[in-house]
Amino acid sequence: MRIGTARFSYRHDEALFDTRTQYAWLAALGAVLLIFPFSANEYWLYLACLMLINIGSAAGLNILTGYTGLVSLGHAAFMGVGAYTVAVLQGIIDLPVVISLLAAGAVTMVAGFIVGIPSLRVKGLYLAIATIAASMILHFVFSNWQSVTGGTGGLMVNPARILGVDLDTSFRFYWMVMPITILMLLGSANLFRSRTGRAFIAIRDRDISAEVLGIRLLRYKLLSFGISSFYAGVAGGLWAYFFRIITPESFPLSMSIFFLTAIIVGGMGSLLGSILGAAFITMVPEALKLIIGWLPISADTTLILSPVRTIVYGLLIIGFLIFEPLGLQEVWRRTQRFFHLWPFRS
Amino acid sequence: MGFDWVFFAEVTLAGLGTGGLYALTALAFVIIFKSTGVVNLAIGEMLMLGAYLCFGFAVDLGLPIWLAIVAAIIVGGLAGGLIERLTIRPMVGESPISTFMITVGLAAVLVGLVELVWTASPRRMPAFLPDDAIFIGEAFVPSKVFYGFLVTALLIAIVLLVFRYWRGGVALRATAFDQAAAYSMGINVPRVFSLSWIVAAMIATMAGILVGAVGGISPSMGVFGLSVLVVVIAGGLDSVLGALVAGLAIGLIEAWASGFLGGEFKIVATFMILIAVLMIRPYGLFGTREIERL
Amino acid sequence: MQPPVPAPILALENLTLAFGGLRALSDVGFDVAPDTITTVIGPNGAGKTSLFNTISGFYRPQTGRILFEGRDITHVPAPERARLGLARSFQNIALFRGMTVLDNIKLGRHAHLRTNILHDLIYMGRTRREEMQLRREIEERIIDFLEIDHIRHHPVSALPYGLQKRVEMARALAIRPRILMLDEPVAGMNREETEDMARFILDVREEWGITVLMVEHDMGMVMDLSDHVVVLNFGQVIANGTAEQVQADPEVIRAYLGSGDVADLRARLRQPAPQGA
Repeated sequence: MRIGTARFSYRHDEALFDTRTQYAWLAALGAVLLIFPFSANEYWLYLACLMLINIGSAAGLNILTGYTGLVSLGHAAFMGVGAYTVAVLQGIIDLPVVISLLAAGAVTMVAGFIVGIPSLRVKGLYLAIATIAASMILHFVFSNWQSVTGGTGGLMVNPARILGVDLDTSFRFYWMVMPITILMLLGSANLFRSRTGRAFIAIRDRDISAEVLGIRLLRYKLLSFGISSFYAGVAGGLWAYFFRIITPESFPLSMSIFFLTAIIVGGMGSLLGSILGAAFITMVPEALKLIIGWLPISADTTLILSPVRTIVYGLLIIGFLIFEPLGLQEVWRRTQRFFHLWPFRS
Repeated sequence: MGFDWVFFAEVTLAGLGTGGLYALTALAFVIIFKSTGVVNLAIGEMLMLGAYLCFGFAVDLGLPIWLAIVAAIIVGGLAGGLIERLTIRPMVGESPISTFMITVGLAAVLVGLVELVWTASPRRMPAFLPDDAIFIGEAFVPSKVFYGFLVTALLIAIVLLVFRYWRGGVALRATAFDQAAAYSMGINVPRVFSLSWIVAAMIATMAGILVGAVGGISPSMGVFGLSVLVVVIAGGLDSVLGALVAGLAIGLIEAWASGFLGGEFKIVATFMILIAVLMIRPYGLFGTREIERL
Repeated sequence: MQPPVPAPILALENLTLAFGGLRALSDVGFDVAPDTITTVIGPNGAGKTSLFNTISGFYRPQTGRILFEGRDITHVPAPERARLGLARSFQNIALFRGMTVLDNIKLGRHAHLRTNILHDLIYMGRTRREEMQLRREIEERIIDFLEIDHIRHHPVSALPYGLQKRVEMARALAIRPRILMLDEPVAGMNREETEDMARFILDVREEWGITVLMVEHDMGMVMDLSDHVVVLNFGQVIANGTAEQVQADPEVIRAYLGSGDVADLRARLRQPAPQGA
């Protein structure tokens, strides 16, 4: 049972992980992450990679929507920008994978600024509508800019090549995507220990007060949107290296809803929320496949999978917003608190 | 080669037809926003639901088309009320962003439902508008569009009159203006909330039936909603006049872009209009600028 | 020989603020001397909060100038004014509900911190150094001073009203302001909380050397604390002087008690006329 932790320095107090127990859990998690790929089959490795990409992307969306309070429905389209950047660059010049991903992030960030500059000057909801429109414009660009994007046929992507090794299996890909996702999460955690992150939260909670304290609203909203787009771009690049083929239909509006559902379910404004939410939502299609397979339905099950998925996402959004607005991370914390006080029940 | 005036006239008339429908749907949006303060992103999907309800009654249940239309409007309205009661009412007092995201979830549920029951293939609405052509001067206009526009104009006029003179309409305007004052006048505010959603849903259903009659129905009809959202931003989220003016204007601009540049450029035109409005007049042509009380 | 009068830290000249046909402020002008506590009083709707909002930079006056430490800030945008040393608290608490007390206070220092987003993403190095320094300074100067160390990690939404007001003051102090504008700092507080707050305000003036400009209704506090009182009514300055001078001013009495004959009112209440009235 843990009553409290004595902290002896400010640095100790501000650290991300600060107790022996937490370090122990962290070490255990690290061990699991390292051992997992060796003991898992292809299917689970595939899911793990997909989950990691989604976690990184959800963390980016959370920065914008959860922490800064600006709803975006174009997150998937921005991932598309990142994916296409990686694919197009591959055809032009031979760049190391990391540089490619950074470039994908940068290009997407610029796209974010273009969309953000007009839409962020007023209320946050205008951004939402602008991102829907942006998402359709980007689809238009992807489909019609034949010379660059390969039009409706899309582009093929060669596997990422690190140190001479082609990452063409899930096992190999895992070793690239895992550290990158961890870096993305760490970046987000650091952001909210420092002044930029605090400014984002201030804008969400009460933007007038934020202005009084010297926070220039447009600038910080753009910054939030920019970094969120950067994350989307990197996630999109990883997506391209993983799936190896991208078309204009790869990043539809429903995928943006997927990510919004992830952060609402997981918990907006929380790093743990991004992780739990993205993991949960990645599993939903798999779980649905299983359930629908069991049910005695004569109809072609693949036909109903897509709409059922969409309905489930919508219901999850509505359900969690009404009944558990703090998300799964709050459920996690409640359980944690319960065990902290055990055996003295509160 | 002289400018093809006939073509221009035809495109313009088509644009007015669409514009009228934008205006009608925007009206539904504004009703919801003005009475409950909710930005309803799912307005396009409610329109789609209305169209499919009519289709369902007419084709799957085999009702005569006029009965199907009436049934659809009634059921659509009830659905609106149900939506408000189940998903919007619990969010009273929460931040507007949360309520906004509920409408996003709602849109997803509606699209999924429709696709589940009727599949993703586009369908044909049984005809109830004459199917031939009308000539205005030398310009050709499909009868559907022409009569559709007349019906739309009539509906808009009815809605405006009802709000002006019917007690319920006055109550709605009063609640929109000042909830607390409305309460103290004996107006049942929760009932007004339900009423506004029911009325808006009915209007969206009617618009959906017309859109379906002219252009066919499919689960991607919600994209009509995006143009409607641009319309309300351009006109002002809380402005009825803005909805009408901007609806017609955007219908025209989109038609001109589509007719002279190509069908795919319609979305480009919509986006350009949105950017222009956000840069020049973000509160819309007739919207009220918020003065925040500190 | 009189000692030279120090230049005012804040000088308002001919401020007029109108919303459409409604005149919130009409030709308002007064000076605030440095290292003093100046209070603006007046009946409800007199324009006190509008005045504060104009000084903060949320409303643009139609005419007039605002001079802060000799510098014309009339057209300086609101975020910049914080940087220059103008801090304010709000009538309804404007704390950031999603954050802890400590984070709220740290935000006060936002304008002075120097790290950019790249530094923050990495955290180790520059940002951590600045954050540690910030933490130390806030703890030792502000949190100790306002006696809120026991609640530093609490989310502000869980705090009682009186403590929230104190946190707001802490945040305003973190700005390292030259002038602190407090909008009804003791509104809704009980006797004990009011006395605590009064003590803090006096200490702010003494130990920190910060000028205080406040809006207040609690007359006891106004009279005890203020070096200088300005009275507003219908957007106009109707009296300007020490607490005693203002208290005796017939215009002020008429504003608060309505336009009845003042002498008659006094007779009915059997109050002696003040000297020299």
